[in-house]
Amino acid sequence: MKKNDWILVGSVLLIAGIWFLARMFLSDTHSGMVTVTVNGEEFGTYSLEKEQTIDIHGTNQLVIQDGCADMVSANCPDQICVHQHAISRRGESIVCLPNKVVVTVDSGEEADLDGVSN
Amino acid sequence: MKSKVAYFGVFVALALIFSYVESLIPIQLGIPGVKLGLANLVIVIVLYKTNLKMALLLSITKAILSGFLFGNMFSILYSMAGGILSLVVMALLRRREGFSVIGISIAGGVFHNVGQLLMAMVAMETVRVMYYFPILLIAGVLTGFLIGVIAQEALKRLVFLQIK
Repeated sequence: MKKNDWILVGSVLLIAGIWFLARMFLSDTHSGMVTVTVNGEEFGTYSLEKEQTIDIHGTNQLVIQDGCADMVSANCPDQICVHQHAISRRGESIVCLPNKVVVTVDSGEEADLDGVSN
Repeated sequence: MKSKVAYFGVFVALALIFSYVESLIPIQLGIPGVKLGLANLVIVIVLYKTNLKMALLLSITKAILSGFLFGNMFSILYSMAGGILSLVVMALLRRREGFSVIGISIAGGVFHNVGQLLMAMVAMETVRVMYYFPILLIAGVLTGFLIGVIAQEALKRLVFLQIK
């Protein structure tokens, strides 16, 4: 192996390493979308990137902050949805049964990692 | 053998045999899609013994034939994208001084994977496959190194082989 070979190997491994680290730090804040449905009907779709407070028919309040969606208040007696932790990953959801509110994270249009190889 | 065509036939056959042998030994690395790529050994040797044109022709022929024999339409596309990109990079690096066969082969291995990943992005219409990028880079270095070591030893013993 010559000197240039080592430089090549080193730089490729360095890129891989940096990419790996960057992914580790960034993977939790991937841009997702939350969909809010009330009584089975879609109420709205919101980006997790933008910090906002969503008022759902005056009964529930959903806060999007730091890439997570969290139900902060509800006028129902049990408050189960308020006690649920904030959601950010695809497929997670917060449900408020008394008010029939469902908040789900879906990652927009991008397809799943499922394809044909071999 | 005086004829270039005859040599080309031998190389195609050799590359196909290597593809077949590789399909017989499943080297499980735990990562889907990562394999040694024994057929690339033939392609590296052909690149050194002849020129880019012949190596490219071999790479494309091998991709189509092994796709029909052992794979599917997708494997032809992936194999071709990886093969062409890696060959072009190897040919460019060969013109520069200071790279041994092993280094060239490592670059080839890495860019073979990069080419396939780009093809996967186009075929699946998603950038999420970039998730595999760092793993594929490292895998490319390892497989390229192994192929390079074998190619270097083979080329030492093939000095008599002159293809004009």
